[in-house]
Amino acid sequence: MSQQQPPPPPAPPGGAPAASSTSAAGDLTDQLIATSIWTDEMVAGAGIPVVDVPLVSVGGGIGSFVLADFLRIAGMPAGSMRALGQADRPWDTYAYLASVSQIPEPERLRSDAGSTPDNIWGFPSFAVREAFGARSLTGFIAPLFQVLVEPILTDYYTPPAGHVYAGMQREADRIGWWDMVDKGQVRMIRRRAGGGYFTILTPPTGTSATKRVAYRSHHVHTAVGYPGVRFLRDLQEYREKHQDFTRVVNAYEPHEHVYQELRKRPGTVVVRGSGIVGSRILQRLIDDREQHGAQTTIIHLFRNFVDGPQGKSIFMRRPGADGFAYQGFNFPKAAWGGQLKNRLERSDPEERKELIAQMGGTNTPKRKLWQQQLAKGRREGYYRTQVGTVTEVYPGDDGTVVTRIDTADGILEIAANYIVDATGLQADIGEHRVLNDLLEHGGAGRNAVGRLDVEPSFEIRGTRSGEGRIYASGSSTLGGYYAGVDSFLGLQYAALQIADDLASQRFVKKIGPIRSTLQWWKWAFNRKVS
Amino acid sequence: MTPTLFGRIQTRVFLVAVVGSLWTLLITPVLPGVDGVPYAMTFSILLVVGLAGVVWEFLYHALQQFRWEKDWPTLLSLITGVNEGVLAWFIVAAGFAPGIDDGVPLSAFLVHFITTWLVIFLYANGPMRVPFLRWRYRGGRLV
Ligand SMILES: Cc1cc2nc3c(=O)[nH]c(=O)nc-3n(C[C@H](O)[C@H](O)[C@H](O)COP(=O)(O)OP(=O)(O)OC[C@H]3O[C@@H](n4cnc5c(N)ncnc54)[C@H](O)[C@@H]3O)c2cc1C
Repeated sequence: MSQQQPPPPPAPPGGAPAASSTSAAGDLTDQLIATSIWTDEMVAGAGIPVVDVPLVSVGGGIGSFVLADFLRIAGMPAGSMRALGQADRPWDTYAYLASVSQIPEPERLRSDAGSTPDNIWGFPSFAVREAFGARSLTGFIAPLFQVLVEPILTDYYTPPAGHVYAGMQREADRIGWWDMVDKGQVRMIRRRAGGGYFTILTPPTGTSATKRVAYRSHHVHTAVGYPGVRFLRDLQEYREKHQDFTRVVNAYEPHEHVYQELRKRPGTVVVRGSGIVGSRILQRLIDDREQHGAQTTIIHLFRNFVDGPQGKSIFMRRPGADGFAYQGFNFPKAAWGGQLKNRLERSDPEERKELIAQMGGTNTPKRKLWQQQLAKGRREGYYRTQVGTVTEVYPGDDGTVVTRIDTADGILEIAANYIVDATGLQADIGEHRVLNDLLEHGGAGRNAVGRLDVEPSFEIRGTRSGEGRIYASGSSTLGGYYAGVDSFLGLQYAALQIADDLASQRFVKKIGPIRSTLQWWKWAFNRKVS
Repeated sequence: MTPTLFGRIQTRVFLVAVVGSLWTLLITPVLPGVDGVPYAMTFSILLVVGLAGVVWEFLYHALQQFRWEKDWPTLLSLITGVNEGVLAWFIVAAGFAPGIDDGVPLSAFLVHFITTWLVIFLYANGPMRVPFLRWRYRGGRLV
């Protein structure tokens, strides 16, 4: 297959060797830090070695991987892109967050059969692959039946986490991903005088001659995932004041000790958060009761209790009950590619913000197992709900933590052995050093919900440098033209938009029906992408 | 699937005209209860199914508005074959299908209609995505 070479990377200054080192230390200088647009001479003067590559992707997680997959399939040579990140494998960060928040490898994760980060087409879906990989007739029929009748007669099909990781491993091998990665922490991206960008990487100590390495590229992509774990303010205050990190935990940090301890002796847990992570935590606590004889009492705190369907119009009404807002995925399905996607694209920024809030927010799928477990818990009294606003959290007697809440019936104090915060992961993008630097020096701006303002092509507005563009995918871009950005399918959609935008600049070929079909055959037979 | 109205219509026309026609070419020679190879009859039926289908899409689209997810579950796209098949049979039996003079045996109609429906259903729920990478994000629009 013919391959079109991307334009050559910018020439090194004055024809000097790219990794020319000077007597300087190879670290950032005050001048570099203070200057928004760097010249080649400034970087050389600081003694920072330069690596030339047409495209850099910052993150090296699932978002970087999915983009690499699209671009390789669109004809980009492996040598034309470098993914810079800290993890060994693109799914490591995801697998870590999933496992601490109670989705270990054999469990099923949260997206549908067609959200396939290892296959740009979504065909064959995970359900089809699970069926053909099964060793029994029921194992063959069950996933196919489920995708046929979901969500009417059964819950949505969702693939086991381990299948998704195995799929990405195979695809990474196929596209030559492992040679496209350089390890380290990215410190900043700065525009280059004359076009393109410098991305500053701090490689792991001992792996490079200098503290920093500069990647000089035409284009940059960022997919840095979550800026950090967000704690509820009252819980954060408690943890800092009392230096207690065992009794008050976040669902996204390791907290297995909570479950181990509760299996040994009866106790009370306060769970905060009614999204899917909250559901997972509840499932784990109740599983431990049912399978390991734990005697845990669960108090589930709600600030907003959803007691019925939400929405004024019958055409825009989300199911809800028992405190939870229900939908299959974090947005209604059509937000990824149907009526709701179109509506969002056509809205102005303020309408978008409203529509995203209406379609998203805190919600969880209405899974049969969870419904049964909670119903039983309510009947037998070990699952109780409480509605109110927390005013304070403080240490109680016998090593308990007390939550004081303002309820409709006055002040209430709940003593518990543990508090699990399952309310969220999203911190402000300004807390991420690289994104913050883009806001301060790179020309990037915020959208109506405070995240990165991106074009429909996922180019970050205001960051052009000559012909060079910076793209972003993942949760940092929520609030733009596409709602489901922080999902496998959303990362795939972003990658497709970016690949199309790069194709319009002749960086890669456009993936039309013929290329798409030929490349799919290669995928099906696991032939390496050339 | 998460179709838009325009996407539904485009997808329907494509599926019937391309996938349906190819299948009809293959299946017509082996239909039961007919003499010869009645392509005029089977393509006429296909045309009826396609035209009526475009009208049906408006109804499905209206029903979809009552769904919060604004999706069209896979099961619905399979079982709507029942109502569509019944209507198509009445149209054909009443003699409104163009180019059919001497009636259509029910057995031939059933074999043709059901197999075509299934082939289209299977194609639309997977292989369709192979050549048309952007189709699933566009609510079923091809152009
Ligand atoms: C618990 C959980 C479950 C989820 N389940 C699903 C699901 O089932 N289905 C679904 O579709 N979506 C799911 N998501 C959402 C989303 O698809 C995943 O979070 C996905 O991993 C996001 O990909 P990403 O590339 O944006 O971030 P990540 O995969 O987290 O990758 C970002 C990478 O960037 C690195 N990085 C950050 N800053 C720097 C820096 N300065 N220098 C170098 N590297 C840096 C990080 O170390 C990380 O490895 C889930 C999210 C969570 C938290």
